[in-house]
Amino acid sequence: MAITIKDVEHVAKLARLEFEENEILAFTEKLDAIVGYVEMLNAVDVENVDPTYHVLPVKNRFREDEIQASLERDAVLTNAPDRRGGCFRVPRVVE
Amino acid sequence: MSEMKFKTLVGLEIHAELATASKMFCGCTTTYGGDVNTHCCPICLGLPGTLPVVNKRAIEFAIQTGLAFNAKIAKKSKMDRKNYFYPDLVKAFQISQYDMPLCEHGHVDIETASGKKRIGIERIHIEEDTGKSLHAEDGSSLLDYNRCGVPLIEIVTLPDMSSAEEAGAFLELLKSTLEYIEVSDCKMEQGSLRCDVNVNVVSEDGTVKSNIAEIKNLNSFKAAMKAIEFETKRHIELLERGENTLKETRRWDDAKNETFHMRTKEFVQDYRYFPEPDIVDFEIDADWIERLELELPELPEARKHRFISAYGIPEYDAGVLTSTRQMADYFETLVNSVGDGKLASNWIMTELMRRLKDEGLELGALRFTVEQFAELIAMVKDGTLNQNAAKKVFRRLFEEGGEPKAIVEAEGLVQTSDTGLIKDTVDSVLSANPQSVEDYKNGKDRAFGFLVGQVMKASKGKANPQVVNELLAEALKNL
Repeated sequence: MAITIKDVEHVAKLARLEFEENEILAFTEKLDAIVGYVEMLNAVDVENVDPTYHVLPVKNRFREDEIQASLERDAVLTNAPDRRGGCFRVPRVVE
Repeated sequence: MSEMKFKTLVGLEIHAELATASKMFCGCTTTYGGDVNTHCCPICLGLPGTLPVVNKRAIEFAIQTGLAFNAKIAKKSKMDRKNYFYPDLVKAFQISQYDMPLCEHGHVDIETASGKKRIGIERIHIEEDTGKSLHAEDGSSLLDYNRCGVPLIEIVTLPDMSSAEEAGAFLELLKSTLEYIEVSDCKMEQGSLRCDVNVNVVSEDGTVKSNIAEIKNLNSFKAAMKAIEFETKRHIELLERGENTLKETRRWDDAKNETFHMRTKEFVQDYRYFPEPDIVDFEIDADWIERLELELPELPEARKHRFISAYGIPEYDAGVLTSTRQMADYFETLVNSVGDGKLASNWIMTELMRRLKDEGLELGALRFTVEQFAELIAMVKDGTLNQNAAKKVFRRLFEEGGEPKAIVEAEGLVQTSDTGLIKDTVDSVLSANPQSVEDYKNGKDRAFGFLVGQVMKASKGKANPQVVNELLAEALKNL
């Protein structure tokens, strides 16, 4: 098995997700199947092939350094669950 | 163990906000300050359905920084996602660069007490800045996203510095270089230049070493240097007791002058980097690099050497005058008007810099123009003013501003080289000070200085000192 319970727990922790034990077991199986499927690609010889980061045959898409209008603050805060003094207000997170 | 000698190893990580007009991936302004959350749009707020488009100028600034630090510019590069959860990061990931930074393997030479030393630059990459959080007293955090998405470069050095002084010298050179090439305004007080320090110590025989501590929250170069000194001592003390430092992140406390534990780094942080799917790759060809190289101004080191050879000024002075581009530009403008590099340099190095330092002022805040300064120096050069009178005029210029010529007239400072007039003064001073004349004849050279002073005083400081010297010597010889 390529994917272990530990891997799933680790990834879940990084994604701040909590699961029951049976869910973790289920995910381990499912993820293992997925990774196993993708592993078929290992059969391909890629010795002289650059890694494909994007499938689009496009490079260097830039914009010029020009200022455009920003949103009004009320619009900025439209989706804020809570606000104060023009700021988004969230539970305190201390590193 | 107490006789063991240790070497300090310091590496730096510097973040500098790039001086683009607009943000990294959208057209919002990068202007510092402004009302909270007014420099934001759906892209830098990370709203679903938006797509980032890279600011070309930001890439160019990063490449120019690489060129200025003798780095290799990547032919191919890309952006990556760095995933972590913190409310100052709207998307829950930062668009950064992981394994294909824009620039690698650079270096720069710093001046140390024992000569030149080469400091390696491991990499320079580009990324977006985060928002700012303000921790309220009621236990909540308030977020302002004006800064979110401002382009940053991160510069990582090799652990090539071995003291606080060397780190300080590197940081000064880095800052002046970024200012010279105008890719960042480097205002530490506004957070546009930030620096983290990695430090550990190794015994000279290499057998004992401490774990690397990373120090954050350094808001000035001075703080960085003090933190390095503090950490060096702490690491050595622990090793000498047979203990070791933790692999940890520490914070600098500017009030207490010490570092304190912030978090351990027992596990390498897992940011789950992966190629940013919304931004296509960069291909940087030689033509583009060449164009950017041509755009670069003369760098501090080259300018310093040109100043030495073109204006005949000492190396130390040339170093001070080129420490910021603003000062170097000021000097050259002054030289162009004055036509005398040494004289211009002397006036800047002594009078101007002393007053600027005393008042804590920047060149931009001067009350007089460089042309007016040149006019003053020209009056010294052509003999209109003697040194003392010129200093008086300078004081007035510095404190109140105004036209140098008008100040000279108002204060009646024009130097007199009228030999007849000075001769009369010399004669009356000699007859009023017979004791000094006697002393001089008995070989007391100091008496001569006293007599010069008396003549200058009698002329209200206007007499040309050189003429006074000559006439006095002649008069004494003839007595």
